[in-house]
Amino acid sequence: MPPPTERALTAPHTLQYTYKRSLGKVLSAFFTGLRDKKILGVRRKDGSVLVPPKEYDPDTAESLSEMVEVGPGGVVRSWTWVARPREKQPLQHPFAYALILLDGAATPLLHAVDAGSEAKMKTGMRVRARWAPQTEGAIRDIACFEPEEKK
Amino acid sequence: MSEPVEILKTPVKLDYTYSAGQSASRFLRAMAEGKLIGQRCPVDGRVYFPTRGSCPQHGALMRPEPVELSDRGTVVTFSINRVPSENIKLDLPYAPVQVLLDGADTILMHVLGECPIDQVHMGMRVQAVWKPKSEWTTSIGNIKYFKPSGEPDAPFDSYKEHI
Repeated sequence: MPPPTERALTAPHTLQYTYKRSLGKVLSAFFTGLRDKKILGVRRKDGSVLVPPKEYDPDTAESLSEMVEVGPGGVVRSWTWVARPREKQPLQHPFAYALILLDGAATPLLHAVDAGSEAKMKTGMRVRARWAPQTEGAIRDIACFEPEEKK
Repeated sequence: MSEPVEILKTPVKLDYTYSAGQSASRFLRAMAEGKLIGQRCPVDGRVYFPTRGSCPQHGALMRPEPVELSDRGTVVTFSINRVPSENIKLDLPYAPVQVLLDGADTILMHVLGECPIDQVHMGMRVQAVWKPKSEWTTSIGNIKYFKPSGEPDAPFDSYKEHI
C-alpha cells in the first residue's frame, strides 16, 4: 500500500445492550425496599442478616425469605479512593468505593462514600445512606453514603 | 408506587471511537462516490471486499490497486429476523442476507428488500438499491438494501466456496 495520503476516518461507535432482569422474590423485596427508602437484608437460620440479600444461604443452600430492615447507618470496613470518577460512576467528584457493614447486617454492601477528601476516609468510620431525590427501585436509589454527623 | 419492583434494567453502554484505518477509509470514501472498492491478495488473487490492509489468510499486504466491483451479486445464505431490537429500524420480519458481489471473494452482510420473505433463497441474484445521491456519506448505509435483480439463480457451484 502506498504511504497514507489521507487521514483515516473515525466514527463514534456505541455498543449498547438493553438488558433487563427478572428479580425473583428476594431481590424484588430488596429493590422495592430501596424505592421506599429502606435497606433490606435477608435473615439466615442462625439469625444473621445478609445484605444485599440472597435467595439461598451461601453455606447451607437453604431457601431464604425473611426480609429484615438494616441501616441506614453503618461502618466502613474497607475502601478505595476514586480520584478521577468516570462518567457512569455514582458521583462526579472524587469519592470512595467502600464496603459498608450496615447496622444489623452480617455482610457488607459495596457503595460510594462522599467524604469530600481522601484524608477524611477511615476504616471504621460511621456513614449513613443519602437517598436520591427520586427513587425507582435500583441500587442508585441510594445516591451514596456520607459521613455520619457526630452527636 | 405500591406495586413491587419485579424487573431491574441493567443497561450496558460502551462508547468507542472507531478508527477505520487507511484501507477501510479508502473503501468508505469510495462508498461516498457510489463505488464499491475491493483489494486483491497478492498471494492467491482473491478479492476482499470491503478492503483490508492485509490478507487475513496470508498476512500479505494487499495489492495497492483498487478493484471496483459490481453492485450486483448472489445471496449465498440468509436468515429471517422476527425479533425486534431497539437498534434496528426495519419492519419485521426482514431477511439479513450474505451477498457475494460479482468479482468479490468475500461476502457482504446486508438486508433484502422488495421481496416477500418466503421467496428469499440461496443463489438468488440481487442488486443494490441506493439511497438518493444527495444522502450519500462515507458509509455502507448508502445502500438501502439489496433487491432481487430478476436474473436466473446462480448455480450452487458458483458460490459454494463462499458460504
